[in-house]
Amino acid sequence: MNNYVNDFVVRFANVNGTGSASANNMFAKSIFRMGIPVAPKNIFPSNIQGLPTWYEVRVSEKGYLGRREGIDVMVAVNPQSFARDVADVKPGGYLIYDSTKPLHQELRNDITFIGVPMTALCLEHYSVPRLQQLFKNIVYVGALSKLLDIEVSVFEEIFAEQFAGKEKLIAPNMQALNLGRDYIAEHYNFPLKFRLERRDLVKDAILIDGNTACGIGAVYGGATVAAWYPITPSTSLMDGFDKYAAKLRIDAETGKRNYAIVQMEDELASMGVVIGAGWNGARAFTATSGPGVSLMSEFIGLSYFAEVPAVLVDVQRGGPSTGMPTRTQQSDLISAAYASHGDTKHILLFPSTPKECFDMMAMSFDLAEQLQTLVIVMTDLDLGMNDHMSPPFEWDDQKAYQRGKVLNAQQIEEAIDWGRYKDVDGDGIPYRTLPGTHPSKGAYFTRGTSRDEYAKYTEEGAPYVRNMDRLLKKWETAKSYVPRPEIVRFEQDASEGLIYFGTTAWAAKECTDRMEMEGVLLNAMRIKAFPFNQEVSDYIHAHDIIYVVEQNRDAQLKTLLVNELSIDPNKLISILNYDGFPITADKIGNLIHQLKPSAVTDTAFK
Amino acid sequence: MTYIKPAFRHPDLQPNAIGFHKKDYEGAISTLCAGCGHDSISSAIVQACFDLAIEPHKIAKISGIGCSSKTPTYYLGQSHGFNSVHGRMPSVATGAYLANRNLKYIGVSGDGDTASIGMGQFVHAIRRNLNVVYIVMNNGCYGLTKGQDSATADEGSISKKGQANPFEAIDLASLAMELGATFVGRSFSGDKTQLIPLIKAALSHPGFAFLDVISPCVTFNNNKGSTKSYDYTREHIEATGTMDFVPFEQEITVDYPEGSSKSIAMHDGSIIELSKLANGWDPQDRMASFMKIQEARIKGQILTGLLYIDPETKDLHQMLNTTEKSLNQLEANVLSPGLKSLVDINNEYR
Repeated sequence: MNNYVNDFVVRFANVNGTGSASANNMFAKSIFRMGIPVAPKNIFPSNIQGLPTWYEVRVSEKGYLGRREGIDVMVAVNPQSFARDVADVKPGGYLIYDSTKPLHQELRNDITFIGVPMTALCLEHYSVPRLQQLFKNIVYVGALSKLLDIEVSVFEEIFAEQFAGKEKLIAPNMQALNLGRDYIAEHYNFPLKFRLERRDLVKDAILIDGNTACGIGAVYGGATVAAWYPITPSTSLMDGFDKYAAKLRIDAETGKRNYAIVQMEDELASMGVVIGAGWNGARAFTATSGPGVSLMSEFIGLSYFAEVPAVLVDVQRGGPSTGMPTRTQQSDLISAAYASHGDTKHILLFPSTPKECFDMMAMSFDLAEQLQTLVIVMTDLDLGMNDHMSPPFEWDDQKAYQRGKVLNAQQIEEAIDWGRYKDVDGDGIPYRTLPGTHPSKGAYFTRGTSRDEYAKYTEEGAPYVRNMDRLLKKWETAKSYVPRPEIVRFEQDASEGLIYFGTTAWAAKECTDRMEMEGVLLNAMRIKAFPFNQEVSDYIHAHDIIYVVEQNRDAQLKTLLVNELSIDPNKLISILNYDGFPITADKIGNLIHQLKPSAVTDTAFK
Repeated sequence: MTYIKPAFRHPDLQPNAIGFHKKDYEGAISTLCAGCGHDSISSAIVQACFDLAIEPHKIAKISGIGCSSKTPTYYLGQSHGFNSVHGRMPSVATGAYLANRNLKYIGVSGDGDTASIGMGQFVHAIRRNLNVVYIVMNNGCYGLTKGQDSATADEGSISKKGQANPFEAIDLASLAMELGATFVGRSFSGDKTQLIPLIKAALSHPGFAFLDVISPCVTFNNNKGSTKSYDYTREHIEATGTMDFVPFEQEITVDYPEGSSKSIAMHDGSIIELSKLANGWDPQDRMASFMKIQEARIKGQILTGLLYIDPETKDLHQMLNTTEKSLNQLEANVLSPGLKSLVDINNEYR
């Protein structure tokens, strides 16, 4: 008999725009509040109202927060997708449906149907049509909570917080919840074999989406200028920045804002603002997705060549073209790493958790100003738009911002033979000046055209080459500035290892844990940044075979590794997932099993 | 054609009110064609900034791409400059202005840079009332790529190759008014007496100040039949009046007959003195001005001068309610909310 306590997947099948999202979020939160690791994922259409939308919640005692295939419990309240939802339940699973009207589809006999007359209960107890609709969602959460054994006190607590200041809403919500709970108590056996038991596994973790985490990181990182253009899945990042800046960045005396956010006319203009502000000494950023990066490419080249600090977040979605705008992928690596015409390379950061979104976002402004170039924070829809269990955010009040090589008025006055693009320190990073600093010295002309060390326009070959070579030297310097990889697992005896980054982390961990249980030695490294530091190269050279796990079709990380580190491509085996859904441990394991060149093991993923 | 800029200045030349000499506002020697209208506009900018006694480092000059966008090298050599990408000067200027609201910004663009590739950014910079002086050096053609028609070329205007432009022209001044720009002027590179006070007034305007300056391209668009040639412009120019700009510390000494003159008080205390106004012209009446510009256009006249002004205007920073201090001057103690607030944020997500 399998143990399903705190280890199963629930999926909600809803109609977009019916208020189900907040009820579903509350369900996930209730599990989190019971101290059990939980991973909710929103699978939504590019639509505001009417189309099918799903919400998937994985509960994992072991703390595996990646997606898992197979639905154990389905809450199917969307007639449009009902047949498909019935089909998606794993044999032995359960399907909860609105039994106000009897079922007329052909049913399966290998799953259990649980009918709850959600609509009828709401019509009976509420008179306002909008409430009848909204409380239907609470009724099914109530029914589910009874079936899965979620403590009712957890909901009391959540409602009390949610409706602080609007206390009269607590009672009707609790009533709706109990309508569902009571119906189950009267009509069905409970709890199911899939059920919850309180644990203390969450500790001090938080449950937050990566976009909000990036927004908060930008506030802490000292961003003062934010320019953006709406695009899924990045929009909520700017909402997060806006929300916390409006709370924490208001001048106490005047009530005025110590920041500026402007919604621009397009992504090009957004990047233009970031570059204009960065040139003028403010910490500035924008957030977009793949199509936006394509549009920004010209400006990205300007940031690189004119050496203007800038920060961009690419919340990746399914490409190419408009692609799958509401699905996740890691498919902008190459287009971001080498964005823009001519010889260009850009710094990329790869957060895996909301905590890293916060940290890397804050860090990106230091890196951009220290290295006087663009830094791109590469998240994805899964990380950006779904709540993830994450270590709490941390901050050291003593830590100063690294503003890079900027000369103040006195330094300009004292500087001898200053040149904007002179490599004084041998690290490829020159000294810059800001407009308005010194009445007669230090002014220079910033341009995207070739220039000499003194920022003077030139079409001569020699100074152009000197400049391009200095930029390459700066790139080498960047390797020691960007975060080192996380060596997740390293056994000397292992001849094979995984490399992955970003949101693949959880599925990869689950996969390697399972392999370890099977006695298979497989090392693992998570890359956190581009350019690759020495550790990345060392790790690859320490193995015979490397599996590069990524969520795109063309093995973009592998391409970057081969290209930048001169690795033999035959040594790198690609484990790819690009159907728009977050990668799973099963998928990684199965592909390793299929693609591995030698008989390492056969047992783990049969 | 000169290749070396003479360093000699007459010893009697007087400094301005803050002790800067004219040369402190000059730039490198121009590499544009001899006789290019743009060079006259550059020298008008130099004169206006010198006269207004703005500290050179308190001005930033930003441009796009094209002949016109090269000019920032040729004026204000002690000011920072940014030659950005084609048609994108407005967004770079927006970022720069957001970062530091306490500088003056001169954005320079061309008719290709603004009326074609950069039209979107131009239009939206006006909507946001970005506090910049936006000068279009308008020659009706793409000079750097050898004379193709631009979107401001008049219908029927003959190019150097002898072809008539079949397309309707975009009138940037009308467009700017339509979009709600609060300072719109038009001038001619060959008319410094009008252009210099217009630039001064634009620099005093606390919002988006647009100047459409007809600036003939001597090499590619100065032929017979071109409506942007020196000759054609001189023949068809129609001034709305003459204009003088009086900085706030000076006293007004000239008296003009009533009805034909008007004084407009600017926000910074300076005054625009308009005289010999065309019949019934009132540059503070947006609807009337707009109509008159259209009427002149139909008659084939190039109406110049201060076309419209609303000195009481709310710029981008005021709309965003940002702090008076420049954002780029804020220190970590203001920017980082600190660990205590972060502990509260963590608790929100538990």
